[in-house]
Amino acid sequence: MTRDDIEKLQLELLVRNIDYAYENIPFYRDRFDEKGIKAKDIKSLKDLQNIPFTTKDDFRNNYPFGLFATDMKKIVRIHASSGTTGKPTVVGYTKKDLETWSNLVARIAVAAGVTDNDIVHIAFGYGLFTGGFGLHYGLEKVGASVVPASSGNTKRQIMLMQDYGATVLVCTPSYALHIGETAQKLGIDVHKDLKLKIGLLGAEPWSNQMRKKIEERLGLKAYDNYGLSEVMGPGVAGECEAQDGMHIAEDNFIVEIINPETGIPVEDGEYGELVVTPLTKEALPIFRYRTRDITRIKKDRCLCGRTFARMDKPIGRTDDMLIIRGVNVFPSQIEEVLFSIEGISPHYQIILERDGALDKATILVEANANLFFDEMKKQRQFMDRINAELKSALGIEITAKLVEPYSIERSEGKAKRIIDKRKF
Amino acid sequence: MDIEKYKIPQISVFIENKKGRFYNTTNAMREAGVNIRAMSLADTMDFGILRFVVDKPKEAYDALIESDFIVKKNDIMAIAIDDECGGLSKLLKVVSDLDLNVEYMYTFVNSLDKRAVMLFKFEDIDSAIQKLSDSNINLLDQEYFNRI
Repeated sequence: MTRDDIEKLQLELLVRNIDYAYENIPFYRDRFDEKGIKAKDIKSLKDLQNIPFTTKDDFRNNYPFGLFATDMKKIVRIHASSGTTGKPTVVGYTKKDLETWSNLVARIAVAAGVTDNDIVHIAFGYGLFTGGFGLHYGLEKVGASVVPASSGNTKRQIMLMQDYGATVLVCTPSYALHIGETAQKLGIDVHKDLKLKIGLLGAEPWSNQMRKKIEERLGLKAYDNYGLSEVMGPGVAGECEAQDGMHIAEDNFIVEIINPETGIPVEDGEYGELVVTPLTKEALPIFRYRTRDITRIKKDRCLCGRTFARMDKPIGRTDDMLIIRGVNVFPSQIEEVLFSIEGISPHYQIILERDGALDKATILVEANANLFFDEMKKQRQFMDRINAELKSALGIEITAKLVEPYSIERSEGKAKRIIDKRKF
Repeated sequence: MDIEKYKIPQISVFIENKKGRFYNTTNAMREAGVNIRAMSLADTMDFGILRFVVDKPKEAYDALIESDFIVKKNDIMAIAIDDECGGLSKLLKVVSDLDLNVEYMYTFVNSLDKRAVMLFKFEDIDSAIQKLSDSNINLLDQEYFNRI
């Protein structure tokens, strides 16, 4: 599709959705009336900017089903976010929504090279989280043989992959690393004993350095994909074989990048908060959902030939941005620095504390034979080097500290990277 | 002279300053039937370095790796001196005159043969062995640690 065709289709679907939401969702009817928004006044995609944002709070205030456009009779599936505080965000799907969702997940899987010959091991937790079921039905749609292993018991997971000859692994990036590490400990040669070729990894931010480590450890090519339950789940965007940004399903979503403080769209190519408007949803047609993910969008032609715009791996979330001594820091920036130093293991944790009135940031890094020197002098030089690189990249003092292997808790879902002990 | 003969294998272990870690290290060696001949514990702000000289260096190394410790093997020198007043001072005079750079050292006393054993980590072990041996210093080999 050309850019013009994409935008024409998006506008048409958007106008239809505004009407549909006005008719069926009291929350949006009130909101549109209040702002004087009418579908017939939407003449171009720019007019989308007149529509107020939808936030997680809107979901909370309408808990559980207040934002649904259809009655429960038509809803065939409920999912909910893993919200750590307060009520979870509840989302619903009609039969048609599930169909759309499966198709979009199938699309990202195929873009990463998955075919009906593949055996796919899904180690995402099944349940309310959209990752497990989302990937599951999408991969069935592709025709692959799906093994719904779910999360937990890493040794058993590895045995299943070995015995069933899994060629595709679906899980979080941090769990993929953990699987690689456990396989190594069990004396399994990932190149000979496992047949993995492709990893479809997502649900948490990760860096390109981490991708390299995962690819080395598991002997596969790791592809990123993006999605969030509020706008559908996985399948919003996914990487093609060029591994140069995730193609957004622009025939189903409009994406914008805004300045998180002002709410105003940034220039093309600049970093900001991703805002998503789903266009084809029956149960939950929301508008301008603020994802809190910080990324940027590229619209140039991809090597693979696809014309849909690409989004970068999110570099962080507006709400996990750390403010350390007044400086904005994303955990992913710290990760980039650590992983660029030869020999550092991929497990780390950031500890924030108060030292009097000042913030104190410490990074725990697991020691290994490359990082441990018998001579104190060399050890100090090495630690000084890590600290200096962190300082030059982030502009603040962060002290690296070596801890024993396996002392940082391994996660089977999303990795816990930050421990904030500060009391404000 | 055979320089290699006087290189004593030393095992260095990274341990966090946490309860029970020192014990776990020694226990791993006990289970492997390794006898510790000399040891030192150096501590930094955050972690410690345990250094051992043992009767069976290979077994000790393998046992510690097996228990997920971070371990380094390197070579140090062992020098016997008389266990009497001024014994160490005499030796250090020679070391100083020869301009040998010491990284660290530790010691143990063997009550059976009335000698003290000094363990040295020199910056350049090969030249230290050569020069100290030329100065008639009593160098010990690994055999000594298997025997006592």
